[in-house]
Amino acid sequence: MPEYEKDHEHLPTGSQEQPGFGDQEFRTVALADTEGMTVEKTDVYAEPAPGKPRGAWGEAWRELRRSPRFYVSAALLLLLVFMALWPGVFSSADPNNCPIVDTDIKPNADHWFGTNTQGCDIYARTVYGARASITVGVVTTALVVLLGGVIGAFAGYFGGWIDAILARVTDVFFGIPLLLGALVFMSAFPEDRTIWLVVGALGVFGWMQIARIMRGSVVTVKQSDYVVAARALGAGTPRILMRHVLPNAIAPVIVVATISLGTFIATEATLSFLGIGLPPTEVSWGADISSATTVIRDQPYQLFFPSLFLSVTVLSFILLGDAVRDALDPKLR
Amino acid sequence: MGRYVIRRLLMMIPVFIGTTFLIYYMVYQLGGDPISAMFGDRGADPVFVAQKRAELHLDDSLIVQYWYYLKGLLQGDFGTTLNGIPVADELKRAFPISIRLALVAFAIEVVIGVTAGLIAGLKRGKFADSVVLVVTLVVISIPVFVLGYVLQYFMGLQWGWFPATATPGDPTWEDLILPGIVLGSLSLAFVARLTRTSIVENIRADYVRTATAKGLPRRRVVTVHLLRNSLIPVVTFLGADLGSLMAGAIVTEGIFNVDGVGRLIYLSVTRHESSTVVGAVAALVMIYLVMNLIVDLLYAVLDPRIRYA
Amino acid sequence: MTTNQLTKTDAKGTVPGAPLLEVDNLHVEFRTRDGVAKAINGVSYSVAAGETLAVLGESGSGKSVTAQTIMGILDMPPGVITKGEIRFQGRDMLKMSGEERRKIRGNKIAMIFQDALSALNPVYSVGFQLGEMFRVHKGMSRKDAKAKAIELMDLVKIPAAKQRVSDYPHQFSGGMRQRIMIAMAMALDPELIIADEPTTALDVTVQAQVMDLLADLQRERNMGLILITHDLGVVADVADKIAVMYAGRIVEEASVHDLYQRPAHPYTEGLLASIPRLDLKGQDLYAIKGLPPNLMRIPTGCAFNPRCPYAQDVCRTDVPPLHEVAPGRGSACHFAKEVLDGNRG
Repeated sequence: MPEYEKDHEHLPTGSQEQPGFGDQEFRTVALADTEGMTVEKTDVYAEPAPGKPRGAWGEAWRELRRSPRFYVSAALLLLLVFMALWPGVFSSADPNNCPIVDTDIKPNADHWFGTNTQGCDIYARTVYGARASITVGVVTTALVVLLGGVIGAFAGYFGGWIDAILARVTDVFFGIPLLLGALVFMSAFPEDRTIWLVVGALGVFGWMQIARIMRGSVVTVKQSDYVVAARALGAGTPRILMRHVLPNAIAPVIVVATISLGTFIATEATLSFLGIGLPPTEVSWGADISSATTVIRDQPYQLFFPSLFLSVTVLSFILLGDAVRDALDPKLR
Repeated sequence: MGRYVIRRLLMMIPVFIGTTFLIYYMVYQLGGDPISAMFGDRGADPVFVAQKRAELHLDDSLIVQYWYYLKGLLQGDFGTTLNGIPVADELKRAFPISIRLALVAFAIEVVIGVTAGLIAGLKRGKFADSVVLVVTLVVISIPVFVLGYVLQYFMGLQWGWFPATATPGDPTWEDLILPGIVLGSLSLAFVARLTRTSIVENIRADYVRTATAKGLPRRRVVTVHLLRNSLIPVVTFLGADLGSLMAGAIVTEGIFNVDGVGRLIYLSVTRHESSTVVGAVAALVMIYLVMNLIVDLLYAVLDPRIRYA
Repeated sequence: MTTNQLTKTDAKGTVPGAPLLEVDNLHVEFRTRDGVAKAINGVSYSVAAGETLAVLGESGSGKSVTAQTIMGILDMPPGVITKGEIRFQGRDMLKMSGEERRKIRGNKIAMIFQDALSALNPVYSVGFQLGEMFRVHKGMSRKDAKAKAIELMDLVKIPAAKQRVSDYPHQFSGGMRQRIMIAMAMALDPELIIADEPTTALDVTVQAQVMDLLADLQRERNMGLILITHDLGVVADVADKIAVMYAGRIVEEASVHDLYQRPAHPYTEGLLASIPRLDLKGQDLYAIKGLPPNLMRIPTGCAFNPRCPYAQDVCRTDVPPLHEVAPGRGSACHFAKEVLDGNRG
């Protein structure tokens, strides 16, 4: 992660270096330092206990294993991924088998979460709904890391006018909030909406933060003493960058990607809730929540279960990102 | 400072053009012919279609179309809706409502968010801190539309604390309290966490220790020295957030029937009112860009170490 | 304790004042999730009005923690004062109410920090920060406080004080910033000043100027001064007596002259030997072997024993108390006599 100097003698003097203010960016900023218990080490603790030196990743992993948040979120996510891959293991009922006679049954032994107004089993729908959410989240994140990574690396590596143009392009996309952009994007395809279209819509408006991080790391590494030295010795710049940029950039990218994953899932659900996200054929938490809102007065449980699963999924990714960030941030160690 | 502002304003131009073009492209080009989309399967009156096409310069290339649109925009002409109402009028009606809602949300987020963050930061590791961390995490995790319906159901319908839906057309301040809470909740959680982080970072700062060593009362150390410095990042977040609150109200305004910009955009999207969508988004982008500029300038005011050249 | 007797026999032979500040058998530890670090283990020293006590030691020796404890700005938790008294003008400050202590801070006892850039609040003008002393402690108006701030800046010889009073800390040079710190400490004419490495962050050329300024003001106003440093060079010119700290204890206490002539503790001996000297040019510089101890695992017996060339079995089992080895000087070493006589065991 970028290290900010304690004395702000070299603060940015122009907007070129100013951080962006996209809503995405704030999620990570705001989530910084949530571990409440770490005590800073002051000079009274002399030198650390002697032991084998470890790499940064080993340290991070060790730190991660001390974090209860990591275990909680990892366990929840494993369960959800499992649910997305093999929903049949969890529920023998068919989410699309909706006998109209079974309408609005309260939770009972046959229907753990009850049935909805169409007569579908809510437990089955909730279990099957994990697939769409997890798929959208994971694929969009992969897309965003690829897109943002390439754009950012390009801008940082070439610099000059290419960087300036890409910076403006990034600004343009930052100017449109994720939900708004995705909404307009989806509205252009009223007929043939698919899960991949949703992924595309979120990806197009979700890559900017990764790009900024990537650009930052490339620029930092490019200017660092060892790269300058290596170049003076005749090593090719692309190779040096490949060797040094990736290890440098990967930590913040992982953190941002994990937290964004939760955001993408929430935004997908919002789009589906608004009736403009996943096609009606997909079982989706967002759409189920939307239809449950019409009967909230009499059957609040119909809203409760998909909402709970959605919230827990988002929460797990945020927690995981949090835990990883704290583990990777050497300042807290 | 003046030169910096001018440079920033100049830099806003390409971003503004780029953003509006992007929206314009998505609305008019990406989804195929916008006129036929408007009418769906119903056949349209060919005379009307031809008139509309000419009005929007749809038979020219996209760039030319956009050029005409931008020219109109600069003269304050946002185009007209299907029913012939100027989009500018729609915006003039909707924006004050959204601004009012944003202000309510903003007030809630500042007062509660900063207070919670301050308490959590000062009581780091204690019970109050854990409560703030857990509550904010839950708020961040619950999607706005779920929170909106839940709060509407309990606070509005069950307990009757606040009106459950807003008065159509012209919501009162009271109508906006509940939507304000919902809209501001996410930002509130961020503000609380950001304030907390900032306080925790600064509480051991040397200058805070100096302030204590000077014999200042604790209250003064916390408010004049610790809080004043810790709020710098928070204020910059708040500034940018005020801009995005208006854009982020699509869901909230829908749930509570607030006739603001968010609802206008949502309805226009579903009804394929292309010109309204582009106009409203263009206005939002403008607000967003201006807010960002203000935030940057505010930053220099708050932190004397920053100089803009 | 020994320390009190030491105070009474003043190094210069002038009439000693009653002790202004007495630290008596102070123990402080830090309780963290990694364990308990014993930062101070029975420190006693005293300072009289007009006297300068230099506290010497490496980082981690507890010299700054002692100062913070006296000042009442120790981070608690994780810091805990487990034992001891700190008497200021005869009254134990550790038993005072928070409000009583606050009124002493800045007013009767003031502190100068090492790094003025971070010790001054970056978002307020120096005038505001100097004036704050008068506004809070004396209830002065903004305007009067500002006039006082300008006076103070003149006192510490900052050129064009009137124009610069509204400038921010980052707009001053390092030396000027440290002068502002000194001005802030002098503001209310305190009885005692604690200077924690006041010149360490400065350029060598500026160090002497700042130190001289501090020494002059101290003499003029007959203040007590505790000068915390790891730099033997700084100490030599200004201090009356020196307390050398190691692993949270005072290991040697003496007048400057005596200590430089003949150290009475192997650690001090090592410190003096590691100063580069012109007359020994070309020889290898002496270095104390090993590292300062981890405060969570301080060696049994004498904490210095693993690094000590004099160490015997007794050093690994018994803690040597600080005892008088010559008139007016103490050492916490089993073999203090041998060290003093220069016979390496």
